[in-house]
Amino acid sequence: MTFEYAPALESRSIVEIKSKYGHFIDGKFVPGKKYFPTLNPATEEVLSQISLGTTSDVDKAVAAAQKAYTKTWSKMSGKERGKYLYRIARILQERAREFAVLETLDNGKPIRETRDIDIPLVAAHFFYHAGWADKLDYAGLGHSPQPYGVAGQIIPWNFPLLMLAWKVAPALATGNTVVLKPAETTSLTALLFAEVCQQAELPNGVVNIVTGDGSTGATIVNHPGIHKIAFTGSTEVGKKIARAIASTDKKATLELGGKGANIVFDDAPIDETVEGIVNGIFFNQGHVCCAGSRLILQESVADEVIEKLKVRMTKIRVGDPLDKNTDLGAINSKEQLLKIGELSAVGDAEGAERWSPACSLSEKGYWFAPTIFTGVTQAHRIAQEEIFGPVLSVLTFRTPQEAIEKANNTPFGLSAGIWSEKGSRIFWASQQLKAGVIWANTFNKFDPASPFGGYKESGWGREGGRHGLAAYLKTGKESGAK
Amino acid sequence: MSFYGLVDGSEKSLKTFLGQLSGVDQVGADARAAMLGTRSIKTTSKRWAIDMAISMVDLTTLEGADTPGKVRALCSKAVRPDPTDSTVPSVGAICVYNDMVAIARTQLDAIGGKNIPVAAVSTAFPSGRASMEVKIQDTQDAINAGAAEIDMVIDRGAFLAGNYGLVFDEIVKIREVCGDRAHLKVIFETGELVTYDNVRKASYLAMLAGADFIKTSTGKVAPAATPPVVLVMLEAVRDFYSMTQRRIGVKPAGGIRTTKDAMKQLVLVKETAGEEWLTPQLFRIGASALLNDLLMQRMKIADGYYASPNYVTID
Repeated sequence: MTFEYAPALESRSIVEIKSKYGHFIDGKFVPGKKYFPTLNPATEEVLSQISLGTTSDVDKAVAAAQKAYTKTWSKMSGKERGKYLYRIARILQERAREFAVLETLDNGKPIRETRDIDIPLVAAHFFYHAGWADKLDYAGLGHSPQPYGVAGQIIPWNFPLLMLAWKVAPALATGNTVVLKPAETTSLTALLFAEVCQQAELPNGVVNIVTGDGSTGATIVNHPGIHKIAFTGSTEVGKKIARAIASTDKKATLELGGKGANIVFDDAPIDETVEGIVNGIFFNQGHVCCAGSRLILQESVADEVIEKLKVRMTKIRVGDPLDKNTDLGAINSKEQLLKIGELSAVGDAEGAERWSPACSLSEKGYWFAPTIFTGVTQAHRIAQEEIFGPVLSVLTFRTPQEAIEKANNTPFGLSAGIWSEKGSRIFWASQQLKAGVIWANTFNKFDPASPFGGYKESGWGREGGRHGLAAYLKTGKESGAK
Repeated sequence: MSFYGLVDGSEKSLKTFLGQLSGVDQVGADARAAMLGTRSIKTTSKRWAIDMAISMVDLTTLEGADTPGKVRALCSKAVRPDPTDSTVPSVGAICVYNDMVAIARTQLDAIGGKNIPVAAVSTAFPSGRASMEVKIQDTQDAINAGAAEIDMVIDRGAFLAGNYGLVFDEIVKIREVCGDRAHLKVIFETGELVTYDNVRKASYLAMLAGADFIKTSTGKVAPAATPPVVLVMLEAVRDFYSMTQRRIGVKPAGGIRTTKDAMKQLVLVKETAGEEWLTPQLFRIGASALLNDLLMQRMKIADGYYASPNYVTID
């Protein structure tokens, strides 16, 4: 007999899912007119019905946010705002298990990740920004920086609650109010967050959540009552937003796609590098904008790294996201699964060599085995386009200069990784790389104090840290200061 | 001389070989071990793992106060860990000081424990600070008294001073003394080597010199068998197997006291070296208090409730 892990399922009874949800506007849940289903991507079970936000819903939400901004939130001292943020952070910690289970059900990501990464980071973002609320004058952004007013925030499905935290926490800390639209396929934790706002007795209208699809998002972007837009999602939609706001005075931060280069030099700590490669591309099923989706190996260690990577990939546990021992969960939607399949087929057609470990995938739900393509070159589409799934493209290089050239030869510039035990090489490489986030001897590490954002088609602006505050504040002359 | 065709035993060849090993990133190794520590072992897998862990225990007493009576009592426990339940497997071995080997061997043979080997700690355990002659004599005595396994300590001072050749020669000499008569386990005292790079180097040094097992610690120094140290050693035996087609065993010892600790060790084995190492021939846990916690958890699974500690025997 062998050591097989028996199922270790997290109980879903901790979270109560209603049969349908309205929008959260002015502190109350208000029913929508039309509904659409939200699924558990691991089973295709319909979890609930979500309201499809209309122009009138967005109008009401923006009006509520403007009223809350004018009457309450902009007049409140930073210290008082901070108290609300601390309260929200504590409630999120208390209800962490509930949020983790709900996120896993709605998104398909493993409970290990929601429990150990997503939800603790969500709380950390609120704690971090709570601390800034009464210290904005000392953030190095000039005297008395001022909020913009109503922020329209549109977030993706890959880290639903974490992206909400990245958006809502700095907006509230800086005195803005919010109209937020969660992604179509993952609205549930945002709606549970609305309950937390009620529990924390956050003044009505400070946070408004309108659910819906792309059209709802477009309505928010184009709404004249929105002063600042914060978007995380595809580069394609990001470009549309940039066009839409081009002739307005709306401010925007855009967190878009990426094709992160994970560069392995021949003096890298190989075993930990292999872990970092796995974490870089298979974390969250590869649904990570900053994923290390291009592995760029020094030729002299390429065979050894690939061999060890394959062995390591056979240990990846693909399966029920609620099982505490699952490493790789379900693909978030049928649409995304098709896209991953299509781009992988392109990789085959382009002559790259595909490899996946043997793993049995459930018939129900949306699944994709962890996959690597070797023999990839810069001219391959799978080296250029974002796959946004558990698919790694492996390239090689001969000299450090060549590694940097290949890493930078992309329209994106969000993340990069450097693996080397030589400090001077790490500093040299990080200066050359055109990427907003660079990790050395690790990958996919996040902290609210660390600014995050991209170069080139990966976006505008930074989120997190002091830089992230700046995106929500008028500074200098703009703030009315002399 | 050639050792697996990889080194010739000279200081220079050892330095070259150890120097080209990939480094260990401490943060990364800690993170991997911590992640594996979150594996949740339940129901059927827990039952299986508890029995496997019991059969891997090197039941140990290494005290100045050890007496023949204490050692005989430990032998009874080793053969029948739970006198009320014959389905409980025997432990992997008894581990004692050199002068207790004969007593343990005689006792085990007398009470139906012929298959349980006696392991003797050797080479001026735990410090390793003695002349080579003394270390050889120490080992010879233990084997003559019936020890089938020798747990030798390396000269950590020599290792830290970079005298790899000296450490290597000692292991080779003790290996010769053991011959076919005893299995050789090489103890690093990882709490004194401190860095994971050192643990990796010591692992290769011992394996190349002919160790059958590599062992973390004496149990006299903390920290001992921490999960990342064991992870690094399991990576070493895995990679050594792909170089030489020979499987070397791993023995964590020191600080593994609870069933949960033992489960984490088995998870490390499964997901690092692989299932092939999940056998008492290739993985042992040096412990004393651990056995009773395993027995209590075993009873809990069978009965559905935790019994008083008085339902397991103290030795």
